[in-house]
Amino acid sequence: MKYYVLGLGLLASQAGATMEVTGSAGLEQRYFLQDALYDGQERGQLSMFVAPELYTEFNEGYDSLLFKGYARIDQRDSERSHVDIRELLWLHVGDDWELRTGISKVFWGQTESLHLVDVINQTDAVEAVDLEDKLGQPMVNLSLIRDWGTTSFFVLPYFRERTFAGMDGRLRPALTVDTDNPLYESSDEEKHVDWAVRWQHTLGDWDVGLSYFDGTAREPELVLQDNDGQPVLRPYYGQMQQTGLDVLAVMGSWLLKFEGIHRNTRDGDYMAAVGGFEYTQVGVFDSVYDLGFLMEYQYDERDELAPVPSQNDLMVGTRIAFNDIDGTTVLIGYVQDLDHSDSYTGFVEASSRISDNVKWRLDAWLFSGDTATDPLYGIRRDDFVQLSLEYFF
Amino acid sequence: MKPNRLTLRSLLLPVLLSLVFSNVQAQTAEEKGLAIAKERKARDRGWGDTQADMSMILRTAHGQETERKMRVKSLEVMEDGDKGLTIFDQPRDVKGTAFLNFSHPLEPDDQWMYLPALKRVKRIASRNKSGPFMGSEFAFEDMSSFEVEKYRYRYLRDETLDGQTMFVVEHVPVDKYSGYSKMVAWVDQAHYRPFKIEYYDRKGDLLKVLTMYDYRQYLDKYWRPQRAEMYNEQTGKSTEMITHNMTFRTGLSDSDFDKNSLKRAR
Repeated sequence: MKYYVLGLGLLASQAGATMEVTGSAGLEQRYFLQDALYDGQERGQLSMFVAPELYTEFNEGYDSLLFKGYARIDQRDSERSHVDIRELLWLHVGDDWELRTGISKVFWGQTESLHLVDVINQTDAVEAVDLEDKLGQPMVNLSLIRDWGTTSFFVLPYFRERTFAGMDGRLRPALTVDTDNPLYESSDEEKHVDWAVRWQHTLGDWDVGLSYFDGTAREPELVLQDNDGQPVLRPYYGQMQQTGLDVLAVMGSWLLKFEGIHRNTRDGDYMAAVGGFEYTQVGVFDSVYDLGFLMEYQYDERDELAPVPSQNDLMVGTRIAFNDIDGTTVLIGYVQDLDHSDSYTGFVEASSRISDNVKWRLDAWLFSGDTATDPLYGIRRDDFVQLSLEYFF
Repeated sequence: MKPNRLTLRSLLLPVLLSLVFSNVQAQTAEEKGLAIAKERKARDRGWGDTQADMSMILRTAHGQETERKMRVKSLEVMEDGDKGLTIFDQPRDVKGTAFLNFSHPLEPDDQWMYLPALKRVKRIASRNKSGPFMGSEFAFEDMSSFEVEKYRYRYLRDETLDGQTMFVVEHVPVDKYSGYSKMVAWVDQAHYRPFKIEYYDRKGDLLKVLTMYDYRQYLDKYWRPQRAEMYNEQTGKSTEMITHNMTFRTGLSDSDFDKNSLKRAR
């Protein structure tokens, strides 16, 4: 990592450009509301992270270099203490094209409760339960910007494995996930070259995206295996071909959102979808508050066999923006499994500024799942409240 | 010869005056208001594009203040509303957040927000135009470009403000989702520049007053205020918008105002 940074600095100094150093650092305290299910787990968990960012541009801004590092130290979980290069990217901008080479992050999709279409980056699952933190993905990405939409081509030469909480961490399955010994369908293992293409366009009130991905699936199956008499879960990364569609439509104060995928794997093919709306009312009750209502339905054709909780679930939520100087927002959500009344997730995410550089964040999650086959079963006693302070520099 | 000429002029002058006078009489207050709006827009045509560094100073009723910094790029669009891209630099937690706006004269604006932490472009339901912009006293609709078709007009009177003769014109938003029942604007007769705008809420009460200061002329034609203050009469809060430097015709084009440009905005 040091050499990359050094290299970036050298390039920048050669170009005679200035280097912009920014980033953030934070302190997080989790408190779990119930005693742990598994031995060795504690109720308190303190953690720190730093995310420095270096940026420089040259060639009159047509070229830029970006480095974004990430490091976390966790009091309890050695698997959660980790380092990552989130971005190390050279961007070249042409008249109607852009070329990104290096490590980067890409987001595809429109919905809030589930991100089905978004498959380029691996999830950094030890970071947050909402699975929105991602590991840096090596790529070459060419985007062609035309009147009829933007078409992006991706070549992804290296695969990143998903992170999992270790034995001392909470929010984990009953057994160890043996991240040191992953299984791959492809004999090229993590060196399998994946590729993808995406087209997206805005047609008046509609934002539409179509995508295709061929390569290693980002979410592993967890395979039960015997490791010297100890049962462990080994992540298995299969190959997949996924076609995705994402649509957003603006209808007055309503945003209609949809994502659907068709995925072909070794075990057959299936469809999954998520769709719903967000309705926002500004200045409620003669205040300056914005009040939003969200509802999304999640469907997975694999039904009970789906290794995800989202096979037939409904998410309802509300988003409150205080529109104050501190930028205070609160998001409250609840996801109910429609097949099993005992299976649900609830969450609150609130944040606000203390000063121009410091922000607090409060996250609270509760999980319920009484059936052993429910993906929530293993974390049913991991309800927690997390308070974070983040400093931006 | 001189006396003759004088006689001619003294004969013609009252005729001309009466012509002008009757013309004004024939024009209704609505027609005159519309004519002023059209002239205001016409005098500001052809500016092309601009880039500016801006500060917003947010003040509470108790005198606490905080500064927001941003860069604003604008593109003039003929036959439609203008395009705007705002990139935030401060506060630091929203650094890199970018707001893209395509204004339209009658349709709701098209708006997107780019969230750099998630690398996500989010569409905004632009009917919610009366909501505050970045916690300031400016609403989203106050940031949109001035288009003649957006309002119905009524000329109210002439008035002297800070030693300049102004038209006072009432604007009633055509869009029923506007946060305002009406606006009253003071526009100077010399250059058709707004110096003061009163905003009335949906109940018809005075909500906010916008005052423009330090007009500067660019390219020998286009006037821009270097400072504008929006004061909320109902809460005592205010927001001052300061232009630090502004450059015209910097070579921006449509491609600097698409969703790709949002993602690489820094």
